[in-house]
Amino acid sequence: MSGHMNLTLKVWRQKDAKSTGKLENYEAKDISPDMSFLEMIDVVNESLIKKGVEPIAFDHDCREGICGACSMYINGEAHGPKRAITTCQLHMRSFHDGETITIEPWRANAFPVIKDLVVDRSAFDRIIQAGGYVSVNTGVTIDANSIPIEKEIADDAMDAAACIGCGACVAACKNASATLFLSAKVSQLALLPQGQAERQIRVEAMIDQMEEEGFGNCTNTEACSAVCPKEIGQHHIARMNREFFGAKLSSPKK
Amino acid sequence: MKLDSKIPDGPLADKWTKHKFNLKLVNPANKRKYNIIVVGTGLAGASAAASLAELGYNVQSFCFQDSPRRAHSIAAQGGINAAKNYPNDGDSVYRLFYDTIKGGDYRSREANVHRLAEVSVNIIDQCVAQGVPFAREYGGLLDNRSFGGAQVSRTFYARGQTGQQLLLGAYSALSRQIHKGTVKMHTREEMLDLVMIDGQAKGIVTRNLETGTIDTHSAHAVLLCTGGYGNVFFLSTNAQGSNVTAAWRAHKHGALFANPCFTQIHPTCIPVSGDHQSKLTLMSESLRNDGRVWVPKQKADKRKASQIPENERDYFLERKYPSFGNLVPRDVASRNAKEQCDAGFGVGTSGLAVFLDFADAIKRLGEDTVRARYGNLFDMYAQITGENPYAEPMRIYPAVHYTMGGLWVDYNLSTTIPGLYALGEANFSDHGANRLGASALMQGLADGYYVIPSTVSDYLATIGPKPIDKNHPAFAEAKAKVEAQTKKLLSIKGTKTVAEYHRELGLIMWEYCGMARNDAGLRKAQVLIQELRVDFWKNVNVTGTNEELNQQLERAGRVADFLELGELMVVDALARAESCGGHFREESQTEEGEALRKDDEYCYVSAWQYTGENQPEVLHKEELNFENVKLTQRSYK
Repeated sequence: MSGHMNLTLKVWRQKDAKSTGKLENYEAKDISPDMSFLEMIDVVNESLIKKGVEPIAFDHDCREGICGACSMYINGEAHGPKRAITTCQLHMRSFHDGETITIEPWRANAFPVIKDLVVDRSAFDRIIQAGGYVSVNTGVTIDANSIPIEKEIADDAMDAAACIGCGACVAACKNASATLFLSAKVSQLALLPQGQAERQIRVEAMIDQMEEEGFGNCTNTEACSAVCPKEIGQHHIARMNREFFGAKLSSPKK
Repeated sequence: MKLDSKIPDGPLADKWTKHKFNLKLVNPANKRKYNIIVVGTGLAGASAAASLAELGYNVQSFCFQDSPRRAHSIAAQGGINAAKNYPNDGDSVYRLFYDTIKGGDYRSREANVHRLAEVSVNIIDQCVAQGVPFAREYGGLLDNRSFGGAQVSRTFYARGQTGQQLLLGAYSALSRQIHKGTVKMHTREEMLDLVMIDGQAKGIVTRNLETGTIDTHSAHAVLLCTGGYGNVFFLSTNAQGSNVTAAWRAHKHGALFANPCFTQIHPTCIPVSGDHQSKLTLMSESLRNDGRVWVPKQKADKRKASQIPENERDYFLERKYPSFGNLVPRDVASRNAKEQCDAGFGVGTSGLAVFLDFADAIKRLGEDTVRARYGNLFDMYAQITGENPYAEPMRIYPAVHYTMGGLWVDYNLSTTIPGLYALGEANFSDHGANRLGASALMQGLADGYYVIPSTVSDYLATIGPKPIDKNHPAFAEAKAKVEAQTKKLLSIKGTKTVAEYHRELGLIMWEYCGMARNDAGLRKAQVLIQELRVDFWKNVNVTGTNEELNQQLERAGRVADFLELGELMVVDALARAESCGGHFREESQTEEGEALRKDDEYCYVSAWQYTGENQPEVLHKEELNFENVKLTQRSYK
């Protein structure tokens, strides 16, 4: 078929967390521009298996940009050259015949490599576990419409809540900071009336956990928002900082 | 085997309340003496694990993904139904119940569906209390939208990401319990078998997907919240990892599998673009509110849509169903698109697509309004196809989306194995032969938040809190069995990849057990699947070793189970010689070519019993009794 491409891939291969990894070269032949980036890797993997080479391991699941599993650093950019999408939504028509594509895993101390392009992002779960919720048990609560919320505030909270926890923000940050991820949850719950009771303890506990996990600090380069597939904005970080200072000034935990 | 659905006596609206009172409770001080395993962390699994831990039970939760937040519930777009009647448009618990029974083409249980409608209102309250940012009106109250199969607006939504927001709500409740230590979370750990002692479920065998360690875990009850099996078709809207393994291996221990052939094929998906395709992407049903479906009147017409004049277009849904037009239910829309393509009227390079055209809507409403309503979907379409849907009509084709069948459960969500429960899409109970839009999220959360916390206590109180003996030989035997299968898969070292087998199986299923099925085709498919399965175990090539992250090995185990399930689906489709909902038997249609249900012969749930390797499964029938709803033939003319 016309328009098919041949590409060279430089892919990070690493047997496990303890081994040293390196970039290996592979040919991706007869690639259709209609393929997604991950389908291109599928094709390469099938050819590797046929040659007796172990296929490239990578995280992926929904392949429609919402589960947050896929996580490739493509030509030096988290999720590749296009904005506001995940790796699985990137299509090969964004590349040209003969191109060399470098594919690496997320790089951060807090995201150790498990194998090839697969990293351990459980630190994100532990940050949420530290306080990223409203403490209500399942049961018969008050009627949903007895908590009116201004539309603009609900929309702003939804913008923050759209985070998929992929970790691109950490991968893009020169400090490997998880501030954008953390701020998205803090901001969502600080905006909503349901989140008010635990506002102060939440932000303190989550930031403590982030530091414990070994993420760096935020120096406001805004690289995180630039690569965020859900375009989570910097004002959520500003709101989180305000929450944090407020908590430090007045929380009982001081 | 006598199937006892345990449906309580009494009037429909009182059954659940009365039943809850009759169920045994576990004393608060004793709850911590019970261990419960929850497999899967989607809406059903995360909500169940969190709710049971809140009650005081010791919970162990398992998911194969790297985080519980990635379960495929996250991808649901449209919304969640609830009989709140906030818009004052005549909705009620009874109406939601009725719509769901009718939408399911009268193949689900009245009592289960009524309970679902009852608890739907609590779900919305619970989610709002958790901070789920549902869409709101300017007055600050919750907004509702309309969905297929209903004449009221009862669907709550969070943009096009309702599943994500509901799952993150359940995930946050789960995270809170993990932090408290009441839930022990196991990520990247896949259930590969069930441990049975004296005919009861007492634990599971898992493989740690990072290290390959095969381990056993004991519990007083095991909850399977492991989703549907649409990936048996290879191409579906499911996530790549979605699989039937946990449910299937439980089936092989005696849990009956109900209505396996009931598959939902969603009409509006982006068509296949080539052999490389790994999944299909759904475009929300809401598009059919403003989009018009058509094909050229001339066969194999290769002109661009804009060059085909109005009088050479066939708006086939509007022509055939003047009263419902483009808004016929999913099964009807899908079948008609297939019919047009089979007859040679399909569009696009493959000829397997129809147009979904917004030109009239853009003319009537303006591009800005269309963008405000569907902008994110149009962007998604443009991203995948490289085409601009504002200028040219979308091309769509049906794709496998949801499976109504699943493990047979009684009213308590118990499978036929005592101590083993199935929740959410993994069970069969609420959607009959066709699920209505925005009802999957409702069911997952109903089962997890509200049903299982009440029903599981009855079983636990009966068996008592005696600790389970991990030294019982059943644990070592189950572990050895999993180790042997793993070893076998790695030792074949054949010439075909796992993906090749999966794709071949998918083609057989789609061709013969897809949107239209017939006796000869199904018989042929059964033989083809049997042959493919034999070949798989002789000639599959699984690379790598067990003691590492090995995605080929993971997938090989799942495909091996799909190769068995696929045959059962075909057998079930063959045994049900009527058309109902998503199951269309070509032999059973009306004079106008519509689905013809045969209530005299097939008004039952088909529940299949495994009898051994390569042995025919045995059919058990659970008669469906309709005491409140009158069975009628659906008509959308």
